[in-house]
Amino acid sequence: MRDAYRGFTGRIWREDIDVRDFIQHNYTPYEGDESFLAPPTDATETLWNKLQGLQKEEREKGGVLDMETKVVSGITAYPAAYLDKDAEQVVGLQTDKPLKRAFMPYGGIRMAEEACTTYGYQPDPLLHKVFTEYHKTHNQAVFDAYTPQMRMARHTHIITGLPDTYGRGRIVGDYRRVALYGIDRLIEQKKYDLANYGDGTMTDDVIRGREEISEQIRALDQIKEMAKSYHFDISLPATNAREAVQWLYFGYLAAIKSQNGAAMSVGRISTFLDIYIQRDLDEGTLTEKEAQELVDHLVLKLRMVKFARIPSYNELFSGDPVWATLEVAGMGMDGRNMVTKNDFRFLHTLENMGPSPEPNLTVLYASRLPYAFKRYASHISVKTSSIQYENDDVMRPVWGDDYSICCCVSATQTGKEMQFFGARANLAKCLLYAINGGVDEKDLVQAGPEIQPITGEYLQWDEVVHKFDIMMDWLAGLYVNTLNVIQYMHDRYYYEAAEMALIDTDVRRTFATGIAGFSHVVDSLSAIKYAKVKVLRNEAGLAVDYAVEGDFPRYGNDDDRADDIAVWLLKTFITKIKKHHTYRGSEATTSILTITSNVVYGKRTGALPDGRAAWTPFSPGANPAYGAEKNGLLASLNSTAKLPYKYALDGISNTQTINPEALGHSEDEQCKNLVRILDGYFDQGAHHLNVNIFGVEKLKDAMEHPEKPEYANFTIRVSGYAVKFIDLTREQQLDVISRSAHKEM
Amino acid sequence: MVKAYVHSTESFGSVDGPGVRFVIFLQGCHMRCRYCHNPETWKTGVGNEFTADELLAKAVRYRPYWGKEGGITVSGGEPLLQLPFLVELFSKAKAMGISTCLDTSGQPFTKEGPFWDQFQELMRFTDLVLLDIKHIDDEEHKKLTGWSNQAILEMARTLDAMHVPLWIRHVLIPGLTDKDEWLSRLAAFTSELTNVERIEVLPYHTLGTYKWEKLGIPYTLQGIQPPTRERVEHADAMLHGQGSKEH
Repeated sequence: MRDAYRGFTGRIWREDIDVRDFIQHNYTPYEGDESFLAPPTDATETLWNKLQGLQKEEREKGGVLDMETKVVSGITAYPAAYLDKDAEQVVGLQTDKPLKRAFMPYGGIRMAEEACTTYGYQPDPLLHKVFTEYHKTHNQAVFDAYTPQMRMARHTHIITGLPDTYGRGRIVGDYRRVALYGIDRLIEQKKYDLANYGDGTMTDDVIRGREEISEQIRALDQIKEMAKSYHFDISLPATNAREAVQWLYFGYLAAIKSQNGAAMSVGRISTFLDIYIQRDLDEGTLTEKEAQELVDHLVLKLRMVKFARIPSYNELFSGDPVWATLEVAGMGMDGRNMVTKNDFRFLHTLENMGPSPEPNLTVLYASRLPYAFKRYASHISVKTSSIQYENDDVMRPVWGDDYSICCCVSATQTGKEMQFFGARANLAKCLLYAINGGVDEKDLVQAGPEIQPITGEYLQWDEVVHKFDIMMDWLAGLYVNTLNVIQYMHDRYYYEAAEMALIDTDVRRTFATGIAGFSHVVDSLSAIKYAKVKVLRNEAGLAVDYAVEGDFPRYGNDDDRADDIAVWLLKTFITKIKKHHTYRGSEATTSILTITSNVVYGKRTGALPDGRAAWTPFSPGANPAYGAEKNGLLASLNSTAKLPYKYALDGISNTQTINPEALGHSEDEQCKNLVRILDGYFDQGAHHLNVNIFGVEKLKDAMEHPEKPEYANFTIRVSGYAVKFIDLTREQQLDVISRSAHKEM
Repeated sequence: MVKAYVHSTESFGSVDGPGVRFVIFLQGCHMRCRYCHNPETWKTGVGNEFTADELLAKAVRYRPYWGKEGGITVSGGEPLLQLPFLVELFSKAKAMGISTCLDTSGQPFTKEGPFWDQFQELMRFTDLVLLDIKHIDDEEHKKLTGWSNQAILEMARTLDAMHVPLWIRHVLIPGLTDKDEWLSRLAAFTSELTNVERIEVLPYHTLGTYKWEKLGIPYTLQGIQPPTRERVEHADAMLHGQGSKEH
């Protein structure tokens, strides 16, 4: 057998598990352009056509092609299965058929059952018996421990999207380890860790830790067994590029067979795989065409990941996303750029196989990246609207140069950290609680602390801020503690053994929280400060609407008066979050990110002092409110760029749609101008940008004529991820259209 | 310090001169172009008042996006109606190393009186002029805009003599400006100029018509559709056929 490490340099990564060290010693930065790229092979086209056929069938059947009703999913639950055995360069499916959704009851049996029945499938009654009478689920455990207040907050949706009925996700296993080390070496390391875990005094932490390591070792054995069913022995390191891609994918496949987390990122794999591809190219055992084929086929697999979901989940996370987030580019700590030819190949999959929401391709951006790469990425944006950009210059100092994005915008050090995902708190509703003395404006119950409501005719800045501060204190505490319950129970009843097996035993943990309704709170406070806000109350004395007299600055116009309030709000909230005890000594962070839940959150939230009508959508993520931006795109970007990343280490999501005609006359100009926008935005310290390049006419036509072939793969970026536009609910389509339309004039 | 009447500003202009630009739309214009998509900028002596310093302070917030090519563009309305302000704005911008671009219809141009003195001064601080030639035929020009094109063509020739770089822009309206005869006359005119760096054909669009309705002004091009892509490409080819220095 050939030496798996032939030609590789470096020492530390051989002695210890350290993929970053391997990458830094062996990758080849690429400064050139895209001219080397290869078109799709016949096999790629065969597979892609086949998959598109299945996707069409899936859509026609109401969104689900097939579902499991008998087998409980797990790493070794299914025998080998294929999309097209002869054509596939990368093998492995989640279940026994392509696009068939697995039965995953550990998060909650009711959700697993409801997912089936929603689409007309009847799960085996035995499963119900097993997961209610014999085996407890995460969901049941959480509700055993919830306090009445937590249930109330869940009911009124001041906290929403909590991972208490499904997998929390957002844990990125270092799938590269499977390729670089082989399973046996990884088991050996975990056995060593187990032997050295604790000093013999059995504290809760030590007992739990030892049990977890044993679970991880079991999972590693199962991954090996699963690979064997596909006739691959992955006990030893991969010896060439094809094996490296396959080994890595088996690691990821184990994760998506055993967990149904909202976000199941594959991580920062591009530069790593380039090292193997480059070695094979140099040795003459692989051609560029074959290299592209490998990448295309891996990406094809990532386009096929599916989970069974329930309708209320789909409202929050619309369009069937899985956040198979995959990063390209970035800069190294040593100042070299980490762009490789493989980064071009991954972006090129969007040309070879057309636009696609998954994998969630993310460019780790820095203005110092090679111009040819920036130019190519912007070309892909202009052509497909399928990629997002995140600022490596603000993330690298915090997370180093080997972090992965574990969802939309949240960084974690690959193989060294895991994240406790924690949904979002509705700060807009919290502001209304402050005004109404803790009474929920929709459910009309005393949901928050019973403080004195504001009774004056006009809202006074000092009074509102004081009461809002009290209410945020309450919400932050309740929110963190609700999450403590969830994370505790998830570790206990739905532990991510396969992913954690590929992360250091001595793992660092972040505790993610989130904010919804951000821009509306900022504008409301600005209205109170700079204009006069009259309160309109119903017969019961509850504030139900507001009349604003006079003009006030709004977030999204590069006006410091409003933007300073935005910074204050973010800093205040994270400061309050950080006061509280967090599970397992994790580090609390927050995000301004809403996925598509801005619609659902808005639906549950009354009128606000900024003029937003009751029960209408919020603006998504950190985006300014609808219609607030009066000074064009860059003014809006400047406002968002002022939010300090250090206060929102879980990410600040911003989505902008630009009409192609407004971006430049020719495609060449459009690409150049997009690069300038990205340079200017990120050089000011902004964190994230989703870029859509299309006109509102196209959206309207796609909504009315989803059957047109040109819209089958029409992909748009929404808050932190991408979706096929035709997969959104009509309500969300209208929301996207109204957000895009006001920019046209 | 002279104050300007400003209609609005746009932080992201990418089609009004090279690169990404901060665009200042000044209020007031004498032309009455039948297809105007900003009729709300016609009225003079109204609008928000700003000094040059105030506008430059706004503009430089977008400097991070400009790179080597970008900068500021003054458009309108008709900027040349507020010439003393323009001189101050552009001279101060140049002192700050900012690229300056003037987007004008040329209508107020004259080589007489204080205008001419101020105009010569302005051109010392102007990196590029975008000049709209609405129609090469004077009679048609009058029908389309209410004004003769003589001053406009004179301005183009003068800028040539002054070696000020020029982009020519021409709005293509089916039936009104797109006849081959007119296009070739326009091409002949521009080919005699040595300072033309670019000729842009802008397809007529109807996105601004709602503003006419809002202002209660009858819109007289009702029913005219935007030109087809073929017509735009044809016009583009014709205008580039006679030795323009496009690069």
